[in-house]
Amino acid sequence: MKEYINKYFTLRKHDAQVAWKKAKNRKMCYLFLAPYAILFTMFFVFPVVASIYYSFTYYNILEAPRFIGIQNYISLILEDDIFLIGVKNTFMIAIITGPLGYIMSFLFAWLINELPRWVRSVAVIVFYAPSIAGNCYVIFSVFFRGDAYGYVNAALMNMGIIDTPKLWLIDPKFMLPICMLVILWMSLGTGFLSFVAGLQGVDKSQFEAGYMDGVKNRWQELWYITLPNMKPMLMFGAVMSITQAFGVCDVTMALCGYPSTDYAARTIVTHLFDYGFSRFEMGYACAIATILFLMMILCNKAIQSLLRRVGT
Amino acid sequence: MSKKKKEIAEKPYKKPLIKKRKPNRSIAGDIALYLFLLLVAMVMVFPIVYAVSSALKPLDELFKFPPRVFAQHPTLDNFSDLFVTMGKSWVSFSRYLFNTVFITFVGTAGHLIIASMGAFVLAKYEFPGNQMFFKIVTVAMMFTGYVTQIPNYLILNKLGWIDTYWAIIIPAFASPMGLFLMKQFMEGLPTSLIEAAHIDGANEWKVFAGIVMPNVKPAWMTLIIFSVQALWNNKASTYIYSEERKTLVYALQQIQGGGIARTGQGAAVLVVVMIVPIIIFIFSESQILETMASSGLKD
Repeated sequence: MKEYINKYFTLRKHDAQVAWKKAKNRKMCYLFLAPYAILFTMFFVFPVVASIYYSFTYYNILEAPRFIGIQNYISLILEDDIFLIGVKNTFMIAIITGPLGYIMSFLFAWLINELPRWVRSVAVIVFYAPSIAGNCYVIFSVFFRGDAYGYVNAALMNMGIIDTPKLWLIDPKFMLPICMLVILWMSLGTGFLSFVAGLQGVDKSQFEAGYMDGVKNRWQELWYITLPNMKPMLMFGAVMSITQAFGVCDVTMALCGYPSTDYAARTIVTHLFDYGFSRFEMGYACAIATILFLMMILCNKAIQSLLRRVGT
Repeated sequence: MSKKKKEIAEKPYKKPLIKKRKPNRSIAGDIALYLFLLLVAMVMVFPIVYAVSSALKPLDELFKFPPRVFAQHPTLDNFSDLFVTMGKSWVSFSRYLFNTVFITFVGTAGHLIIASMGAFVLAKYEFPGNQMFFKIVTVAMMFTGYVTQIPNYLILNKLGWIDTYWAIIIPAFASPMGLFLMKQFMEGLPTSLIEAAHIDGANEWKVFAGIVMPNVKPAWMTLIIFSVQALWNNKASTYIYSEERKTLVYALQQIQGGGIARTGQGAAVLVVVMIVPIIIFIFSESQILETMASSGLKD
């Protein structure tokens, strides 16, 4: 046994020496990577670690952090009703807009793929514009205004569907559906671009082989030829839409207010803002951030293993 | 000689106007699809068109009922009002505009250089830690920036960068998306190109600046559009509290909070905020799509 351990360590040592030599030969590489690596560690890796650490403490910036174990998590899950509303809303939004936005991205990328070149580039601009138009979604607060002059109210009243104006963005019943609608409008983002580009790169000869082998309609072509070819892009798009779906807060804050009526449009991220930057309970806010982080990573891993099976 | 070459290059090559139809498509299905696409496109573009046209409406048309989508007497009054009325307030509109332009420009330039340098060695050289580092960067794309916002605040506070432009600019340098796309695109570059340069006696820096960077221009545009999009729309209300350093999006919210009389100007700022990323995208679309073709996540 002892011999075995010794052998293992000599092997490891040898590996380390080889790696060290290689690293010495490639000094320039580390020099090139250093600026990015330092900033990346400082603003992306270290904060995640720090966030996990602070989530076990009570910290309000003024006093030094005090270790309190998992108290933050206990009060989050057992005592904080508003956090649970936030979790429920975030999940509702993520489950509906995430997959739907993802499917829409792929569907439209696929449908415009066969258009003539210039029509396709116009279509890409039209579909992609909402997601880069920044704060353009605030225009929806004009459409859904609560008085009789709001366009949606006016249209519905003229048609005789409703007789009094609805308070679209104040009534908790309508808030989430409207936010989802706006998020869906913006959902053709980076993933969509990746799909458009990926579809262009699919090998044409595979389609011809498919016709020979009896692919009958465009749906069979999609499932048996296009999708398997697109797997890397599908993965990338999934990462993009999951990240977006769980991080939703801008739209709800801009449309429904912050805080919204009865916390009906609260999401995990708005809860995080509330505790982090209004009440300065940094430890508690870090616990929220850690939960959100774990949710996103786990969801990404799950979806990726699911996507590996596409087309097989 | 060179003229002759040019003639050959410009020899007209006519593509058939309508491509041969694929054998497994029905005409009715195609027409239905195109109608459907047209309808969806109209829905997608309507809010943007509405925003632009209401920025062009004079005040009396803005409150007309029933409303019209297009302005009957379009003016640019709203835009000039931004500078006139806001010019009298404590912080002038041009200052907000300058802040955002400065942050966007410096942040994007730095991000482009730093991320490209990192991507170059990750894509083209083997060294210990290479794969590991790239994997961590890919994981970093899987969570939003909100997760790290509180520790980031504490770090920036320690560095003394709170309430300066650097609080927004420096973290933007390290955006994982840019490095990821750049690295994927650079992998498509032939390694022989770099080896040939090495044999000719160029050092790494010369290879990077003289050979690699000019060859990945499509990826530049992609990094630029993503970085501009993030920085131009950055509200930054948590990191910056001095009024004279706040950004355009913040000013937009102030103006929209200003009530009915500011409706026209609010629409004008909205157009200013959204038009810049869209215009950059329109002019660089083909290059961006070229880069995105290599964006796939491999196992």
